[in-house]
Amino acid sequence: MSMILAVAKNRLMNLRRDRAAFVLAFVLPVAFFSIFAGIFGGSGKAASTRKVAVIVVDEDGSDGSRRFVAGLQAEAGLSVGLKPGDEKDPAGPLYSAASAEAAVKKGEVPIALIIPKGFGANPIAFGPAADRPKLSILADSADPIAPQVLAGLVQRVAMTSMPSALARSGLAEVDKWSGGLTPEQNARMETALGALEKETAPSAQTPAKAGGDGGLVAVAVRDVVGEKKKNPTVAFYAAGFGVMFLLFSAAGAGGALIEEAESGTLDRILSTRVSMTRLLLGKLLYLTGIGVAQLTVMFTWGALFFGVELASHIPGFLIMTIATAIACSAFGLLLASICRSRMQLVALSNLSILMMSALGGSMFPRFLMPEKMQKFGLITLNAWAIDGFQKIFWREEPLWSIWPQVLVLAGLGVLFFVVARRVARRWETS
Amino acid sequence: MPAAPLEVRNLSKSFGDRRALDGVSLDLAPGEILGLLGPNGAGKTTLVRSVAGRVQPDGGTLRILGFEPADDRARAVRGWVPQEIALYPLLSPRENLWSFGRYQGLSGQGLLDGIRSSLDWIGLADRADEKTDKLSGGMKRRLNIAAGTIHDPRVLLLDEPTVGVDPQSRERIYAMIGELKGRGVSLLYTTHYMEEAERLCDRIAIIDHGKIIAAGTKDELVTRTLGNREALTIDAGAPIPAALREKLVERGAAVDATKVQLSVENPAEQIREILGLFHSAGVPVRDLTLKSATLEQVFLQLTGRELRE
Repeated sequence: MSMILAVAKNRLMNLRRDRAAFVLAFVLPVAFFSIFAGIFGGSGKAASTRKVAVIVVDEDGSDGSRRFVAGLQAEAGLSVGLKPGDEKDPAGPLYSAASAEAAVKKGEVPIALIIPKGFGANPIAFGPAADRPKLSILADSADPIAPQVLAGLVQRVAMTSMPSALARSGLAEVDKWSGGLTPEQNARMETALGALEKETAPSAQTPAKAGGDGGLVAVAVRDVVGEKKKNPTVAFYAAGFGVMFLLFSAAGAGGALIEEAESGTLDRILSTRVSMTRLLLGKLLYLTGIGVAQLTVMFTWGALFFGVELASHIPGFLIMTIATAIACSAFGLLLASICRSRMQLVALSNLSILMMSALGGSMFPRFLMPEKMQKFGLITLNAWAIDGFQKIFWREEPLWSIWPQVLVLAGLGVLFFVVARRVARRWETS
Repeated sequence: MPAAPLEVRNLSKSFGDRRALDGVSLDLAPGEILGLLGPNGAGKTTLVRSVAGRVQPDGGTLRILGFEPADDRARAVRGWVPQEIALYPLLSPRENLWSFGRYQGLSGQGLLDGIRSSLDWIGLADRADEKTDKLSGGMKRRLNIAAGTIHDPRVLLLDEPTVGVDPQSRERIYAMIGELKGRGVSLLYTTHYMEEAERLCDRIAIIDHGKIIAAGTKDELVTRTLGNREALTIDAGAPIPAALREKLVERGAAVDATKVQLSVENPAEQIREILGLFHSAGVPVRDLTLKSATLEQVFLQLTGRELRE
């Protein structure tokens, strides 16, 4: 038994000295748990599902439709936008159906709701093929959850925010099919509905309680992005995983610098006509070339077997691929120049790349994360790279629209390289 | 007057409180092999790394054929063979030579010629395309030298090039060094093997505590340090009589029961006199040895330490 304990203690002593293993054993799981808890569960508060950001366009402008909009705004599960600019600016222009559709196409929101004329007066009708006005949901098919959430909440909000309108619609049906109510009955109903309208005025709105939806309000969902795509999420995963593995391979290949330092080869190289700047630029060129090749292989595979439309997006793909490969390669060089040993590099690259990938949307789409996490994710190069690829392959935006992503990735590449060069001074001369 | 291959003047370098080089001055003549001897921590590595441009000295000057070590012209004429096998183990000898040749600015036919002649020179032409980590220790050592000489340097730094090498491979490396000298290359050679220094080097510089404490040919070092004295040992094979013992002690000899040890300055004359004493006393001489002073003794005398301490 004492021998067994001695062996165990020996391993424990090794673990204490091996910082890389220590980080992998304790820090990485906690960091990962924190990120995913932040994405799905909030931080310490009661767990809540993410809010669905939705643009609402009220083309009706009736009393009933205004109540309906107010009901939507009071919904905890929705974040309603009515104006492209400042929501609180009373003079600010409202979204139109066209600008709302453009916003969905650009990926500003995953979904928009268009309330058509006449909706307030006739929100529901009974029976098929009724001539009632239909609500339109404009959706981005990359987010399959948002339209379902909105469609359900629309039913609920209609029930709670405009019961009098629903009752009137019901009465109209009764009137139609029963041969008509008496004037006395009609007068009594009007009194009751008046009282109901006062109770459900916008000022008295409270978030609706959970309840079933009956599907009485007609809703038509139309995908305005990706409706013609064969496989809606495959381009996202090609970009997401591509970037993550690019980072891993760049960090691994950057580790050659550490091996050269340990073997004495780096010393020898630096005594020749190769300066440290030339050496790092050479490695950056190599890593970028490998990165471009990796992403090309991944997207080609995706095109051959999973319907990624590569052939029609070659220029955008090349621009994004080169920008992404430069940023990832420079990041790999930065990690290698910071670390003193291979073990340190393994620990630091695993920790940083997995966290960046989780936050930046390589593992789980950012558009499905809470809004704050979506914004926070922009500190990672993964997010910028994936956004750029999504613009090209998913939203099919024009080439010039990816300039912010290209600029940020190239800027990060330059920044990482400059810092790596500076840190690498420790290898130059002693 | 052309610049010396290597000219070091009053070079100093400290790492924290430790003074690694303390006013080192030395010269390397054209085609000369200068051996650098010193105990561990004496400053050899710092000096070599300074010449290789890998250490920035705090003071003093260092010129390679008139150029500062970091100057591209110095890089072009300098070769460095580090003590480690500083090669790419997964690459073949040909690929390693291609890499270091390119790093030294060779290209095109010049590079191809350099690779071919280097492979022939180190005897690895038939294994040029195998992985380097599959080669024997001696082969790797030879390739290590070729990687530092492919660009035909005029000044070569050889840092313990025979460490861990079997005697046969060592002989081959000695022959390579001889060929380099024959080509007119000036070599700064650090070693832990005293016999290597004696055999290969034209001059030897002994460094200790960051200072060059002696420099010259082996004979000069011995003469300057130990004078012209040699060690004479006479074995009588039988007890030495008291009268003879007394005469020998008068001449400064150490005498035990049967043996006599004496330091002599003029061996021919003194041996004749001492043998005459034995003859007069009727004592036969069974064995007589005369040994010159060694570099090892010089080193010990100067540093108070063995070379490998």
